[in-house]
Amino acid sequence: MERGETAVRAEIALRVNGEERRVVADTRTSLLDLLRERLGLTGSKKGCDHGQCGACTVLVDGRRVNACLALAVAHQGADVVTVEGLADGDEPHPLQRAFVENDAFQCGYCTPGQLCSAVGVLAEAARGWPSHVTADLAADGVELDEAEIRERMSGNICRCGAYPGIVAAIREAAGGGTAR
Amino acid sequence: MRPFAYRRPADARAAVEAALDAPRAMYLGGGTNLVDLMRLGVAEPDLLVDVAGLPYDTIRETGDGGLEIGGAVRNSDLAAHPAVRRDRPMLAQALLSAASGQIRNAATVAGNLLQRTRCAYFQDVSKPCNKRIPGSGCPAIEGDHYNLAILGHSAHCVATHPSDMAVALTAFGAAVHVEGPGGRREIGMPGLHRLPGDRPEVDTVLDPGDLITGLTVRPLPFAARSRYRKVRERASFAFALVSVAAALDVEDGTVRDCRVALGGVAHAPWRAERLEEALRGRPATEGSYAEAADAELDLAEPLRDNAYKIPLARKVIVRTLAELGG
Ligand SMILES: Cc1cc2nc3c(=O)[nH]c(=O)nc-3n(C[C@H](O)[C@H](O)[C@H](O)COP(=O)(O)OP(=O)(O)OC[C@H]3O[C@@H](n4cnc5c(N)ncnc54)[C@H](O)[C@@H]3O)c2cc1C
Ligand code: SF4
Ligand code: FES
Ligand code: FES
Repeated sequence: MERGETAVRAEIALRVNGEERRVVADTRTSLLDLLRERLGLTGSKKGCDHGQCGACTVLVDGRRVNACLALAVAHQGADVVTVEGLADGDEPHPLQRAFVENDAFQCGYCTPGQLCSAVGVLAEAARGWPSHVTADLAADGVELDEAEIRERMSGNICRCGAYPGIVAAIREAAGGGTAR
Repeated sequence: MRPFAYRRPADARAAVEAALDAPRAMYLGGGTNLVDLMRLGVAEPDLLVDVAGLPYDTIRETGDGGLEIGGAVRNSDLAAHPAVRRDRPMLAQALLSAASGQIRNAATVAGNLLQRTRCAYFQDVSKPCNKRIPGSGCPAIEGDHYNLAILGHSAHCVATHPSDMAVALTAFGAAVHVEGPGGRREIGMPGLHRLPGDRPEVDTVLDPGDLITGLTVRPLPFAARSRYRKVRERASFAFALVSVAAALDVEDGTVRDCRVALGGVAHAPWRAERLEEALRGRPATEGSYAEAADAELDLAEPLRDNAYKIPLARKVIVRTLAELGG
């Protein structure tokens, strides 16, 4: 830091996995660093810190976003769900179960981001949102076939190449049966 | 990253006033470009004025068939809006072809318009770049420029504007609403983004403190038959090498009207006015489309390694128009 430039701190209050949290942090803190370094929620991963890999994907007010490009201070009052908040007590989220059953990971580093992103994909599809590969943009509903899932999940990179399992898991969770 | 103060004003007026309070104040939308550039040391604001929560976050259909879009509307919400999907497919497709689902959920319409070039030298503070440090030189001209401009560039900068959405909005001739220190005004597209000339550090015609509050897309009934086509190095999650937004109005085999804009080819989204003029009144055939494309691409001045963009743009234009001409 250059001389004469003092850090600015702000109180940030938000809800994380259903709990109210309050932290005083440097305004430069990303939502990802706040979750990992200040709140001890290390499930969300830092792959690139530039919005390119999706490892940091969390749900903010129900929508999937990259926590690395989100400033914590700009998320005052937000409702954040991380991979730690997906399960219902001891009961894994249907997507978590489907990921295990479909071999949807190898090293697991991208998995928390893949899971949160997939939760977002299912919600977006339920609202009828089209994607770049949707043939009929005006149609009310979309069916999450393989091409749709691959396009919608393109913001999540898997260095281990577990894509076939990831696609199969999401298809299964979307109610499309096992794809492989 | 340099330290910065953070403010969250309640309305546009207060935002403009706040932005005048600090010498290096910047507006913050979704942050998907700005936070990245701050982390890279390319942007160094001393104050962030958060405008993502301003009450300009709605999409309204006007009585005459137009659309009013708030500057804080998220890219994903705009792409999903029925009036965009149904009546303006080229805008929906442009939005959906950009970035990732996560980024579109955070990115605002205003921030998308004002995102900065992806020229690798611009993003690398260890290298010179006229856009980042005026007068330092443009290493891209002799260096890596395979993905940079073929139209409208200068001896000072050959960067391209990266937005897909802006290309579709340029084809529509959208009007951008600005609230600035001197009051309110409207800027037509094309016209928001500049060509580099000898001042590549200035991307747009906006003045310091100018806030984009929204835009108007006037009715264009024939855009129900429109399309955005983007060529990139992989099937998804990549910027355009060349893209085209096109709308075509054909009656009895003749082109009555058309709108065409190109992306990935210039410092600004490029409205293909010569092409449009050459095509109006002509038979709706591949021959006419190719001739019209050539009328536009004759203006191209390729760099050493990006001449491929000329035949590529030609093919993409012809194919897209042929599909629309059906
Ligand atoms: C990995 C990655 C891939 C991408 N791929 C694509 C792609 O393929 N196609 C594409 O088009 N885009 C792509 N993008 C860019 C993305 O679309 C932009 O980052 C996004 O649209 C910017 O919107 P924002 O709200 O986050 O803007 P911010 O990052 O918040 O701001 C961007 C700029 O706009 C200014 N600003 C914001 N709001 C206002 C306002 N209301 N008035 C005046 N100034 C304002 C800010 O000061 C800043 O200079 C990609 C981004 C990433 C990170
Ligand atoms: S093309 Fe423009 S942005 Fe890229 S290095 Fe040259 S001056 Fe900088
Ligand atoms: S760490 Fe956020 S996208 Fe890679
Ligand atoms: S499982 Fe290793 S990166 Fe995806």
